[in-house]
Order: sequence, then C-alpha cells, then structure tokens
Amino acid sequence: MSDKKRPMLDELKKGPWPSFVKQMEKQAETSEMAEDALNLLEQSYNDKVVHWKHGGIVGVRGYGGGVIGRYCDMPEEFPNVKEFHTFRVNQPAGWFYTSDALRSLADVWEKHGSGLTNFHGATGDVVLLGAPTEHLQSCFDDLSANGWDLGGSGSDLRTPSCCVGPARCSSACFDTLDLCHNLTNQFQNELHRPMWPYKFKIKISGCANDCVSSIARADMSIIGTWRDVIGIDQDAVKDYAANGLEIQELVVDKCPTDACTFDAEQMTFNVDDENCVRCMHCINKMPKALQIGKDRGATILLGGKATLVQSAFLSWVIVPFMKLEKEDDYVELKDLLDKMWEWWDENGKVRERIGELIYRKGMRTFLKEVGLKPQPQMVKHPRANPYFFWWPEELAKEKGEGDALGEAAAGKEIKNG
Amino acid sequence: MSFEIDGKVFEVDEDGFIVEPDLWNEAVAAYLAKTEEVEELTEDHWKVVNYLRNYYFEYGIAPMVRKLCKDTGYPLKDIYELFPSGPAKGACKIAGLPKPTGCV
Repeated sequence: MSDKKRPMLDELKKGPWPSFVKQMEKQAETSEMAEDALNLLEQSYNDKVVHWKHGGIVGVRGYGGGVIGRYCDMPEEFPNVKEFHTFRVNQPAGWFYTSDALRSLADVWEKHGSGLTNFHGATGDVVLLGAPTEHLQSCFDDLSANGWDLGGSGSDLRTPSCCVGPARCSSACFDTLDLCHNLTNQFQNELHRPMWPYKFKIKISGCANDCVSSIARADMSIIGTWRDVIGIDQDAVKDYAANGLEIQELVVDKCPTDACTFDAEQMTFNVDDENCVRCMHCINKMPKALQIGKDRGATILLGGKATLVQSAFLSWVIVPFMKLEKEDDYVELKDLLDKMWEWWDENGKVRERIGELIYRKGMRTFLKEVGLKPQPQMVKHPRANPYFFWWPEELAKEKGEGDALGEAAAGKEIKNG
Repeated sequence: MSFEIDGKVFEVDEDGFIVEPDLWNEAVAAYLAKTEEVEELTEDHWKVVNYLRNYYFEYGIAPMVRKLCKDTGYPLKDIYELFPSGPAKGACKIAGLPKPTGCV
C-alpha cells in the first residue's frame, strides 16, 4: 500500500459500522488496481465529479452481455484503473455456494483482475470489479473452466434470481430454486444475446414475504401463493397465547382484509379463507401454528421497474394463480414469457420496459395480444374513464349479422335510410 | 490510439471504434474485422455491414437488433456466428459506426 493520504475516504472509516473503504484497503495491500481505485475515488470526492467515463463496449467471444466496459478519464494519473471492466457472474439459485466454488472464483479473479468483488449486485449476480481489457477473454475462459457462466447485461434477459425457497423455508409455495435454474437454462440465448428494446428481469419469491423484493425490482415477479385454506394447529395457537403473544392486537388487528378472528375464551384462531389475500402476516407471527395451504402455486405479476422512461412501477397481477410443477417443465409460464416478449420486442421503443409499453398501449391490447382473459385481480384501482372500448369483432358478434352497428364495427360501409 | 492503412492514419477510441466514421472504407473494415475475430469478410458479412451503414446514413442511429435480423434475414444466432463479439461490438465496429449506446 502506498503512503498516499486519503482524508476524504478516511471519514468513511469512522464509526462502528462496516466500511467499504476498510475492505478495499485490505485488498490494496496486494492489488495495485484496488489501490488506484481508492485514489481515484478520493480524487472524485475532491473534484465532486465522477471519473469513470460513460459507456464502453467490451465483451467475450459469443456473448453480447455479461461484461460492462469501464474506463477512467484520468488514465495518466491512475494507470492501474485505466481499464476497470466489470464481470457479472451468474449466481447459483438461492445463492448457495460450496466454499470450494467460492475459492475457485476468488482464485480466477485474483489472477485476472483487481480481486475486488461485490456479493451480490442488485440483479443477483456475483459482481467482479476491475479487469483490464487484455484479461477479459482469458478470465472468462478460466471462469468457464471452473463451471461459471456470465450473467446478463444490456438489453437482454437479466440473470433470474430467487429466494432460498424450500431449501431453508417452510413457507415456500413451490420450488423457487428449481424454477430459477430451469428458466436460466431454458433462456440462455435471451440471457447472453441482447435482442430486446431494453432489459427484462425475472425474480422469484416462494411466498408473499417476497424476500427478493420481486414486486419492486423485476419486470416479471413470480410470487408463491395457495388456493385452498391456511392450515391451523389450534394447540400451537394456545401455546402462543399462553406464552404471551398478543394475538388479537398483533395478528388479528393487523390483518389487511379483516379475515382472521381470535376467540380469547376458547383460545382458537380462525381464518375466513375467502377473504384472505395470502399476505403471510399471520403465518409470520405464528409460524408454528399456521401453515400455507396445500394447493400451491404462484401469482404472476408484471411491470416492476425503477424510474426511466416513466416513473417507478410496482408489478401488478397478470395471472392470479398458476401451478408451477417441475413435472410440467413450467411450460405454461414459458409460453406466456415467449408471447409477452414477442409483443414487447415488436412494439417497444428503445429503452421502454414491458410495463411502460403496457401503459402506452393499454391493458386491453396487451391482454388480447398475449391471449389472457381480463380478471378482477388485475385491477389496481377503480377506473376513472367511463367509456368502454369494445373490439370490433366483439361488437359484431354481439349484434349479429346484418345489423348496421355490427357491420360498422366490422369496418363495413353504413348505408343511410 | 490509432492504426495505419496505406499511409493513412485512423484514430480509434479505447474500444477500437473509429473516431471519424466518414473516413471508413473497405480496407478499414477488413482491418477492424481482424480485431473482432473475423478473419475474412464474406458476402454474408458484407450484407450485414452494408445494411448497418445504409441504415445509419438514413436514420443517424444504429438499428435495433430485431430490425437488423428482420431486414437482413439472419437470425441472431447467425449474426453471432458471423460476428463472434455480437452485433454491437463486432458488426457495428466493422461497419465504422459510432459506438452504439445501447441499441444494437
């Protein structure tokens, strides 16, 4: 490590909390790239300007994404970070690694790059920060030889990610890990070869606790749910009550649809399953007494994104309930994805996410194009527009042949008189 | 950074895109092709390269990938076989287009 003073960064080492500066300084003991990355950041804090240039196109053979070009605008002063490209490495489903796997990753990265990593980026990938251009292909080759592959970047399918699911959680309504792995394998072309108007993210949560925040961060959010009834163990409910849990106050009163009741005398808990929205609150509060239902699947939502062409969106319901069984190879979900992508790719403008396209074209157009029926669960809020626009063929069918309105709707000329 | 063909010097940016697209010619394309692992520019390559140039001169930007595939008739898989580094880094660079900022 050099003796260079970095008073601005030193401020970020104060206090009891973890500091990325401390961690980078540790790496800087053996990596000149890490050292220069710190020096460049100090320079940026002094100049109040980012010294990483915008854009940059780098890559490896056969891949259109997965490596993000990064160049410094002061290459003479900071020669070791002149080229400081980023690799995205596809994480295993649910982020389960063996220590051997992590060692192989670290070894490859210390050989070819700065050694600095980010576990994990917002999309879910392992992020390797800082590779020089001439090492890109050889680094990728070594990653590949150790069983790793790149994740998505640019206008492609971003690396799908999922919660820990049935591996560690009793509330998983389907095998999130298997689905994530299956979709990743199925859509390799879409993942590595950008072809769309913009990015498309899939995140998979096993229940409405939504541990991967899919509803806010994914174009397609897949969230586990069930169709039948919550399982209740009344003896366990009594134990919770006996141990001082304020069931009325903390569980019943917090139910968003007033769907549960607690009889304080009998110490019994009941759920009106017709009105329950499967929010998980009561199950979270009494996990030993309450269980997700047995007829399990997922709700498919669409449109979540951060602000760009339009404001930030949360995903909204597209399919209220879909069975997600390994045995079916998730064929219904894959068909839906293919149809949606086709419509979006054909109609989307540059940098327009699918949710934005639905806003521009309207839900009725979207539903028609992908072959879905409108359902009450899709309604986000009561509509303000009192008009209803029929499709011409619907009107024609409604009115029957020979009827003037029907003919007009079908595009025929109306004869007066 | 720069390279030289027949005594003429061509400036390139750090990603190897030529800085002045107007100076592009077929010899430049052949030189740039070698930097993108295209040993020889075949008829198929030229079809894509000429399409990109014509589109760029008409609209001032590179086409979206779907448009490129539709208009040239090459599925994306074939484009990657022709240009191993893909349509943006490979084909656009060889065609002498300014560096794409996120379309192709």
